[in-house]
Amino acid sequence: MQQETFDRRQLSRVRRELLREQRALNARRFFRNRQAVFGALVVLVMLLLAVLAPVLAPADPLAQSVANRFAKPGEAGYLLGADKLGRDLLSRILYGARVSMTVGLSVGLSSMVFGMIMGLYACYYPTLDKILMRICDGLSAIPSTLLAIALMAVLGSSIYNVITALSIVYIPRMARVSRAAALTVKEQTYIEALRSQGASSFRIIWGHIAPNILSSVVVQASYNFANSIITEAALSFLGVGVPAPQPSWGNILSEGREVITTAWWMIVYPGAATALAVMGTNIFGDGLRDILDPHSN
Amino acid sequence: MLNYIFRRLLALIPVLLIVSLTIFLLIHLVPGDPAAAMLGENATQEQIDALHTAMGLDLPLPLQYLRWMGRLLRGDLGTSYFMKGTVNEILRDHMVPTLQQTAVAVAFAALVGVPLGMIAAVHRGRAADRLISGFSTVGVSMPSFLMGLGLVLLFSVKLRLLPSSGYKEIAVAGWRTHMRYMLLPGIALGFIEMGLIIRMTRSAVLEILSADYMRMARSKGVSRVRLFLKHALKNALIGILTVVGLSFISCLGGAAVTETIFNIPGIGKLTLNAVMRRDYEVVQAVVLVVSLLNVVCTLILDLFFAMIDPRIRLQ
Repeated sequence: MQQETFDRRQLSRVRRELLREQRALNARRFFRNRQAVFGALVVLVMLLLAVLAPVLAPADPLAQSVANRFAKPGEAGYLLGADKLGRDLLSRILYGARVSMTVGLSVGLSSMVFGMIMGLYACYYPTLDKILMRICDGLSAIPSTLLAIALMAVLGSSIYNVITALSIVYIPRMARVSRAAALTVKEQTYIEALRSQGASSFRIIWGHIAPNILSSVVVQASYNFANSIITEAALSFLGVGVPAPQPSWGNILSEGREVITTAWWMIVYPGAATALAVMGTNIFGDGLRDILDPHSN
Repeated sequence: MLNYIFRRLLALIPVLLIVSLTIFLLIHLVPGDPAAAMLGENATQEQIDALHTAMGLDLPLPLQYLRWMGRLLRGDLGTSYFMKGTVNEILRDHMVPTLQQTAVAVAFAALVGVPLGMIAAVHRGRAADRLISGFSTVGVSMPSFLMGLGLVLLFSVKLRLLPSSGYKEIAVAGWRTHMRYMLLPGIALGFIEMGLIIRMTRSAVLEILSADYMRMARSKGVSRVRLFLKHALKNALIGILTVVGLSFISCLGGAAVTETIFNIPGIGKLTLNAVMRRDYEVVQAVVLVVSLLNVVCTLILDLFFAMIDPRIRLQ
């Protein structure tokens, strides 16, 4: 008995050390990968802008001023110009970042949690696997933009429904990715050893398979983050996403489309914000993939 | 091969079942009574009740599903509540502009994406590769509505080269005018796919270039051009064709956005109008038809690959 506890303590110490080394290695790889660092910086700045929007915004994003309709950038104190109701574009873009980041983070997280649970249990229970994977096949057979639009049509437009609809769209992809990763881990001999020692399925799934598929899951989550920012903007642009007057990059651009010949700033600035956010996340995801999953490239 | 085709067709059944169930259940996600939602605030209770019965919403759910499926299997997609005519006719009329636009988009994506991907692969790690890879990252990060707005701003507002919106039928206005109107929406729709095709082509060609038989062929003294065209390209084709085929489907699904920007009367615009009017039958029909097209395209692609690559059949 004494011997066993000693072994366990030593084992966990070794494990901790190994983990620390792995983490240090990953951190070093991360900082050497210029792409990943750049992407992370962009995402970080976007998150900061979103959190600090109330502090940074020069004006209330909903405050109208008829006298300053379509004020040009730099005119009358409007740094990036004003829209058709004289609302400050910079403040609206900053508050729009809040919508994008909220949607991106919520969908990224929820698809990660639910997709991972589905993938993990699918890899462990063959019957469940068949059912879940057929559902995923069916859901991914419906083109994502159309599914999102149809879901928004029945749910009604609001930011919460955007999050719900996009989670339904992106969970199947995550389930596939985590199932594929989990299946390769499950084939490893140490999982077999654990099972022959009588480890519970809960312990094997969460203690041993889950940590080993985390890298693939995180990479996919970063892509889901980027894609849900794009799709939210598209939905709001089409008028079925975040409803006016709450500013979102998509609905600012949709207002900009109506005045594209006269007020270029209504397109260029919110457009640049969207493109930068998505590009940053994609570059971050690619870098993350190269670091965590070197074989996939 | 027959065995493979049979297995693939069998595997389609559960997928189609899930797709139809999802689309059927969509309407039941509507908070409250869908009939009341469709008719709006000014409807009387009698009107709502009448529509409720007409839509069969008072039947038990499984029966409603069977009735709906029975109608679908007879090829009847229903009737629009707000537009004249059956959904079949409406869809047929709106499908043409969408397919034309999708064709332009895929052609653009493939004609630009495949050569660039190859150039990047051949010049791996050098300036050309870095430039093209950067361009593909910009491509996959550029949502179609942004690309569309940018193109309009540049080519229609600033340079005044191409029309900013509208649709001209080939039969009425001729090929040249038709293409003038289709060019910008097509490029906007295909831009993301172009980025994906560059990436896919690059990695497919790279994988083949490092294969053993390529080194063998090179050591035998096969010329560089022949090596690339005959040995590399042919084998990279499956990966490239897959991504081109898939891009057709995502363009079909994503057309709603560009059709709104460029005011093209296609199925995407139809869906959005139906969504705004709460014309649920039309929404369901469009989603169903596009998903079916998706499933059929994927099947054709898979069968085609199984035909040229026997290894796939055995998996």
